[in-house]
Amino acid sequence: MTALLSVQNVGKRFGGFVALDDISLDVQAGERLGLIGPNGSGKSTLVNCICGTLQNERGSVHFDGHAMNGLAAHERTHRGLSRSFQLPRPFPSLTLADNLCIPMLYTVHKRTGTPLHADDIGARCGELLRMVGLDNKAKHLPRDLTQVEMRKLELARAMAAEPKLLIADEAMAGLSHSEIEDILALLLRLNESGITVIMIEHIMTAVMSFSQRLAVLVSGKKIADGKPEDVVRNPDVVKAYLGE
Amino acid sequence: MPLFTGIAIVVALAIFAVLRVPNIEYLFVAGYTIVQYIVLATAWNILGGYCGYVNFGSAAFFALGAYSTVALATFGNQIDDLVPESMAPFFHLIFPLPIPILIVFGGIVSGIVGFGTGYLTLRLRGAFFAIATLALSVVLATLVVNWDFVGGSGGAYVVRPGEFPGLGSYMQYLFLLMLGLAVFSVVIARWIERSRLGFGFAAIRDDELAAEASGVPTLRLKLIATTLSGALMGMAGAPFPYYIGYLAPASAFGLEYAVNSIAMPLIGGTTSWIGPVIGTILLGTLQQVTTVTISSAVNVLLVGVLLIAFVIIAPNGIVGLVQDRLHARRRK
Repeated sequence: MTALLSVQNVGKRFGGFVALDDISLDVQAGERLGLIGPNGSGKSTLVNCICGTLQNERGSVHFDGHAMNGLAAHERTHRGLSRSFQLPRPFPSLTLADNLCIPMLYTVHKRTGTPLHADDIGARCGELLRMVGLDNKAKHLPRDLTQVEMRKLELARAMAAEPKLLIADEAMAGLSHSEIEDILALLLRLNESGITVIMIEHIMTAVMSFSQRLAVLVSGKKIADGKPEDVVRNPDVVKAYLGE
Repeated sequence: MPLFTGIAIVVALAIFAVLRVPNIEYLFVAGYTIVQYIVLATAWNILGGYCGYVNFGSAAFFALGAYSTVALATFGNQIDDLVPESMAPFFHLIFPLPIPILIVFGGIVSGIVGFGTGYLTLRLRGAFFAIATLALSVVLATLVVNWDFVGGSGGAYVVRPGEFPGLGSYMQYLFLLMLGLAVFSVVIARWIERSRLGFGFAAIRDDELAAEASGVPTLRLKLIATTLSGALMGMAGAPFPYYIGYLAPASAFGLEYAVNSIAMPLIGGTTSWIGPVIGTILLGTLQQVTTVTISSAVNVLLVGVLLIAFVIIAPNGIVGLVQDRLHARRRK
């Protein structure tokens, strides 16, 4: 079985700083992968290389059987790769409903072939906003939202592109316990509906309860990859987090 | 959509009819300038307001349109020197070209330059993009100054016919054409606003990275915006030599075109088609009145004072002010 996402020997430098060093990672369709690592270990850079926000200098990224190297971010989104940003980046001058319209207008028809009808877009927007519990704020601007609502909007917008693979980049940082539960439940529901999810997170309880597999990045290298309970007992991982 | 176009045409014709009543030529002279700025401000707003890319080079695109007219007019005057004798009768038949053709031609030239400029500069953001467009203006002005065919630094005369058959003075004809162009550009701007393209532009303006991640092909959309915006500015410039009679580089590349095309949308509001129209009518009329009553030099001062006032009182322009009020009321 070929992997949905296959990252092979990816390397990325920023000047003299090696941000990613020979990273290889496979993600199967339908899997829930947790990606952890200390601050500055290269998690977000890896996401950026996978999604096309940055271009990797070495190695290759394959998604759904296609080579992604050289493709711009929007072309990767068209093929079913979607991400949320670590710090929410809503479109501030557009209402919540219009925020979700953008991916629907620009991405969904690329795979289905036919543009969505205006009524369908409205219905889909309502559905997505209901899913994240923001349906009563459809006509509001993002500035009216709380932090947790902003994260939910971010996830809803990533979902609006109808992705095959969703990368949630620290969707829970800074949230309260119950808010984390909310987002976790949301991500699990998405996964049940058939979407592969990569979760990047610092909150270990969330990662442990969510992930079927865990990969650990430290200083741009992947030092562990396997079952979550095995990985957290791995001496290298313990050393990276706690020191010797 | 056709309803809006219909209303816009009816409004334009009504304005024309009303202005004809007093039979004062000056009304058309002043009106032409204001309507011309509606086109320029609307064109600027397609790139500046919808996409968030501030273009300081409006004068360059306007002048390109004007100078393409000069080039064609000069060519028309020198047909016997420039083309082989066998071809000359054919060219004599089609020259001088009617102004609508010149408008299309000016639009094409400026559109191509808009596309090229976009391709070279759109990787720049914010102030850097603005500086690049300003540089474009300086470069083009230098080229024109050194191009003798279109008059060089000395400028070029374009003789305006006295009458337009069936309409009256030629000035009225020019005014009517510009009015048509204003309707055209406003209809385009409004169409963009409500289309898929408009949503993409708004996403680019708000957050380019997030727009890409949502599948918006940002570079392609920005190129569409620069081409369209440049083309409309060129179209506004094409009839200008006939309006002014004598075109010098200093007047075609005048700072007031760059400044007004920015100030008018900012004062009116940049997020919707009506903003540039309101801003132009207010500022343009005020400028015409002060030119007559005080002096033309006060214009620039006026623009500066108004811009500062609006940045403080209504940073999103008049339309933004109204929208904020409505939004606040809805939340109460």
